[in-house]
Amino acid sequence: MTSDAPVIAARNVWKLFGADPKKYLRKMPSGHSYDAIQADGYIAGVKDVSIDVARGEMLVIMGLSGSGKSTLVRCFSRLHDITGGTIEVDGQDIGKLRERDLIDLRRNKMGMVFQSFGLLPHRTVLENVAFPLEMRGQDKHTRRERALEVVRLVGLEGREDYFPRELSGGQQQRVGIARSLAIEPDIWFLDEPFSALDPLIRREMQDEFLRLQAMLGKSIVFITHDFDEALRLADRIAIMKDGAVEQCDTPDRIVLNPATEYVRKFTEDIDKARVVRAGGLIRDGLAGDGTPVEATATVRDMARMLVSDTRETIPVTRDGAMIGALSRNDALSILVGTD
Amino acid sequence: MADATMAPAPASGSGEVSPQRFALILVGIGAALTVFQYLGLLPAALHRLPESMIPPFAPMLDVAFNFVKDDLGLLTFTRWLTGGLEAVLDATANLLFGKRRWPNIGPIPWTAIAGVATVIGYYLGGWRMALLAAFTFTWTALVGQWKIAMETMSVLVVAAPLAFIIGLSLGILAWKSRAFNAAIKPVLSVLQTLPFFTYLLPAVIFFKVGPTAGAVATTIYAIPPMILMTTLGLQKVSPEVVEAGKMSGCTKFQLLRNVYLPAARTEILVGVNQVIMLCLAMVVLTAFIGMPGLGAKLLAMMGSFKLGRSFEIGVTIVLLAVTLDRMSKAWVVMQPRHFERGTPWWKRHIILLTAIGVFVFFCIVAQFIDVANTIGRRQSLSMGKEIDTAIKAFLSIDVVKATTGFLRAFLNVQVLIPFRNFMLSIPTPALILFVTAFALSLAGKRQAVYAALFFSLVALSGWWDRSVITLYSVISAVALAMLIGLPLGIIAARSEKWSHRVLLACDTAQTFPSFVYLIPAIMLFGITDIAVIFSILIFAMVPLTRYTIEGLRAVPAEMTEAADMAGASRWQKLVNVQLPLALPTMAVGFNQAIMFAFFMVIIAAFIGTQDLGQELQRTLAGTDLGKNFVLGICVSLMALTFDLTILKWSSDRKRKLGLGD
Ligand SMILES: Nc1ncnc2c1ncn2[C@@H]1O[C@H](COP(=O)(O)OP(=O)(O)OP(=O)(O)O)[C@@H](O)[C@H]1O
Ligand SMILES: [Mg+2]
Repeated sequence: MTSDAPVIAARNVWKLFGADPKKYLRKMPSGHSYDAIQADGYIAGVKDVSIDVARGEMLVIMGLSGSGKSTLVRCFSRLHDITGGTIEVDGQDIGKLRERDLIDLRRNKMGMVFQSFGLLPHRTVLENVAFPLEMRGQDKHTRRERALEVVRLVGLEGREDYFPRELSGGQQQRVGIARSLAIEPDIWFLDEPFSALDPLIRREMQDEFLRLQAMLGKSIVFITHDFDEALRLADRIAIMKDGAVEQCDTPDRIVLNPATEYVRKFTEDIDKARVVRAGGLIRDGLAGDGTPVEATATVRDMARMLVSDTRETIPVTRDGAMIGALSRNDALSILVGTD
Repeated sequence: MADATMAPAPASGSGEVSPQRFALILVGIGAALTVFQYLGLLPAALHRLPESMIPPFAPMLDVAFNFVKDDLGLLTFTRWLTGGLEAVLDATANLLFGKRRWPNIGPIPWTAIAGVATVIGYYLGGWRMALLAAFTFTWTALVGQWKIAMETMSVLVVAAPLAFIIGLSLGILAWKSRAFNAAIKPVLSVLQTLPFFTYLLPAVIFFKVGPTAGAVATTIYAIPPMILMTTLGLQKVSPEVVEAGKMSGCTKFQLLRNVYLPAARTEILVGVNQVIMLCLAMVVLTAFIGMPGLGAKLLAMMGSFKLGRSFEIGVTIVLLAVTLDRMSKAWVVMQPRHFERGTPWWKRHIILLTAIGVFVFFCIVAQFIDVANTIGRRQSLSMGKEIDTAIKAFLSIDVVKATTGFLRAFLNVQVLIPFRNFMLSIPTPALILFVTAFALSLAGKRQAVYAALFFSLVALSGWWDRSVITLYSVISAVALAMLIGLPLGIIAARSEKWSHRVLLACDTAQTFPSFVYLIPAIMLFGITDIAVIFSILIFAMVPLTRYTIEGLRAVPAEMTEAADMAGASRWQKLVNVQLPLALPTMAVGFNQAIMFAFFMVIIAAFIGTQDLGQELQRTLAGTDLGKNFVLGICVSLMALTFDLTILKWSSDRKRKLGLGD
């Protein structure tokens, strides 16, 4: 397997909820809309989704409540058996895995943080965190050491022997995060992992995740309602509506070229100057001279220069090499929000 | 009954007869039949099913049983099975009251057991529970009932865990397998209405007389609620917790063991509480198959009209019941608590160490001080004779005597006997029609079909007259219970404080083994028909009062406020707003009262009545398994008819009122 093959490859994935979804899907005419499906008594949790997650990538999924984000991620980890399509993880069709292999996959490769934490109520913080290790059959001492380590990492030392109900929502969420960290999974599913955290800890956690990802090259699927968070973390953002992925692209392209009206509405209120980077503004046929800007700089970063500079076009470099030029007017109109 | 408050019949299509109309027609036919009977115009075959038409169910069942028992070798199998059980029972008997069996080290001194019970009480519920436990066990020892109480306990400590394990396993199975669940559901609902006598005789036949049969009957009796609670608890486990388990790489077994069962802890412990209470109730009743213990002693004492001793035994049973109930309920709500880091080992296990310490201490003390070991007949503080004299003196006070005498005479002559004769005079088909109409108008077609079917089966069983007498006892007792219980509930529901108090009293009363209710009845009315009705009455009053209060208290505040604003008087508010809304809940209480009454009527047969209970008790003396079953099923069928009808009505009504369920 080459390293540029996707870690997760989903093809035409369907997940319907209802009486006999498999049979219904087989008979359903193609191009049936979400509402038409609903009228037939089924709910399209995931509707014909094809998406790849590259190795080492952080894919952020966004969308309104009930748009199927959690359901899609549950399909990736096969907590749901999908109704149609295929999902391959590391080139293996997980729909065809036997019980034993599925357990192995989850024990060794996958980790998940749940939206409402999913802590075992009868176990202490430490026992909750050590639970996946225990299931793997690690000996008591090793797993205790490891659990203590991650509990410290999420800032819960001193609370090791508390029970979940003795913790605040944010603390419980951190237990959930610690539990998924304990086994150092290659593929990580995070369902609104920071929703209950205060801004400070949230920031810390985000940094921690970025650090881990850069260091260990994890592939992460991350669900959030918070655009700022998405922008901070995402390599790509997928926007879902009624079970379908409307657009999946890099943040600046989503903002600059929304694929559908819905995506445009969805991204309307974002401060584009903080999303769009110089690299994304390069236009063919332009050339400029003078001091170049770095391709990764956001429009906001270049604000002072854009306003004071008088050049029409500004060259853009990446890692020291010239890759093109952008029009100062384009950048300015993004900065003042009239595009 | 509740007909008066029935919802108006839904406007049905022009050609169709509404259920209400149809029910009315059925009643009309029934009434006509009855009138014909009075006029002497009804052929005898329509009044009662002729003997010749009654299929020989009992002999047929006997043949079937004998075939299974002897030819299929079930008897050898069960007797072989009980070998192990018997050994365990012998061991607990040795430990608790010194039966001469392996391991031959008992009996454990009473002080040691009481001490350990106190420590457990403290662990589960603090000082109050510790005091309760200490008091119960000390009382039992001091009034000289330690040995019989331990005879009862020695069966209980085997039957309850057994019922727990079996119930838990079956519950898990029912949760796992849809097919098994579907198969077991109806069996459970029949089992729960089956009179306990029907459990006893098969137990005796298949498992020998004595503690073994008692333990088996007790175990089986306590299994159904454990199954239901287990299934319920497992179904309620939050899906995300389960998913977290799956993502942690649990195998199926690990998931069950580490995720499902601990997460369903509360429901499972509620099941444990019910198992313990049902075991206690049943183990007392095993007196009827000659098992020694508190029940047997009570039976003997009541039989010889020794009221003082009966009273003392009754108190012991009640104390034991309350202690066991409170302790197991405290266990349900107890949550694990963490220790600070670095707490030394002994501090973490202080309760366990104390319990062991107390146990050893008293065992040693008992070696030197006799009363700490056993309290003999002469040292006991039993006041049986004195209480006896006091009660009898009280009863012979003129006023009391006149009152009970009047009640007895009035109720008997003016109310009960006429009612009974009336019930018996109704032709069989007419009564079946009445019951069917009742089910039809309250619950609908399906229930009506069941009612007709069930009562026809009762008629076919050949025990119609006795069944009708049973029904008569139940109906009169429940009616009387309503006369007292409903007003009591309505008055109590007016204030927070009194609701709370009366509910607590009801809760406590519901934990008493049914047997105990016979004591005050016999005290007041001697061994008579009225005593039977009276004991059923108090037993059935408990759920009636309880659900009346709960129903009234649950009426949403906006609605009573709206009535207040409309200027309704207290009485108008009660009649127009509160009662209609509380009625579905009250119906559940009414249903329970009927179930309790069916249960009690059979126990009360011991006092001497002419209903099915009497016949059932007679079967226990012999080996009339077939007859025992037929009788048991008769009771069960009648009870089920009411159960199905009333509960259906209640849930329909709740839905209609938007009270949700
Ligand atoms: N087990 C289930 N059975 C039936 N319907 C379900 C189930 N799980 C999810 N759904 C439905 O699928 C749709 C998508 O749900 P999902 O939980 O994926 O939403 P979401 O995007 O994660 O929303 P949120 O942001 O609120 O978490 C919803 O309409 C939901 O009602
Ligand atoms: Mg979600």
